[in-house]
Amino acid sequence: MKIEVLGMGCANCNKLYQNVLEAVKMSGKEVEVAKVEDIKKIMGYGVLSTPALVIDGVVKVAGKVPKPEEINGWIK
Amino acid sequence: MEEKCLCESNDILIFSCAGSSNVGQIANLAAVRLAQEGVGRYFCLAGIGGHVSGMIESTKAGKMLIAIDGCPVGCAKKTLEHIGFNIDEYVQVTELGIEKNHEFSLAPSDVGKVSHHMASLVSKRRGI
Repeated sequence: MKIEVLGMGCANCNKLYQNVLEAVKMSGKEVEVAKVEDIKKIMGYGVLSTPALVIDGVVKVAGKVPKPEEINGWIK
Repeated sequence: MEEKCLCESNDILIFSCAGSSNVGQIANLAAVRLAQEGVGRYFCLAGIGGHVSGMIESTKAGKMLIAIDGCPVGCAKKTLEHIGFNIDEYVQVTELGIEKNHEFSLAPSDVGKVSHHMASLVSKRRGI
């Protein structure tokens, strides 16, 4: 499983990244986590509001910062 | 009583038909003009119809959705509603007295008429 955090370094982007790390820790599963800060790559997902969270290529949320518990629910 | 939207222009998402008629193209150009004038952000209706997850999730983050259709077929409205989005302000170009045809000699004044009408609706809802 791969989780990508889309955003160009804003406070909410960093908060989402931290929440993802916490969710992964909670899940106890092996997950690849990456930050995507390149605007062209972000737009390639059709995302127009950041931060956004992508799990295995599917955008799960955009323009919001979900809590670690919610993200954990998406980790299989 | 109509609910006011406490939103900034960045939170207002504009969708339009871009159909194969004069009014479809006028709808599209009016949406472009609204975006250029800073009324809201122009979003991609085709991305909604195509179930592009990034477009759908980005739309969920919007606080006010506005849509412009060319004619009563209402493709923009139906596309948004198909995904479950509620439209806050809506207009059909033909409602403003512009007759549908399949020629593409578009009058700039017709584009202005539609964009001005929608901008007024948005301002009213925002209470400004």
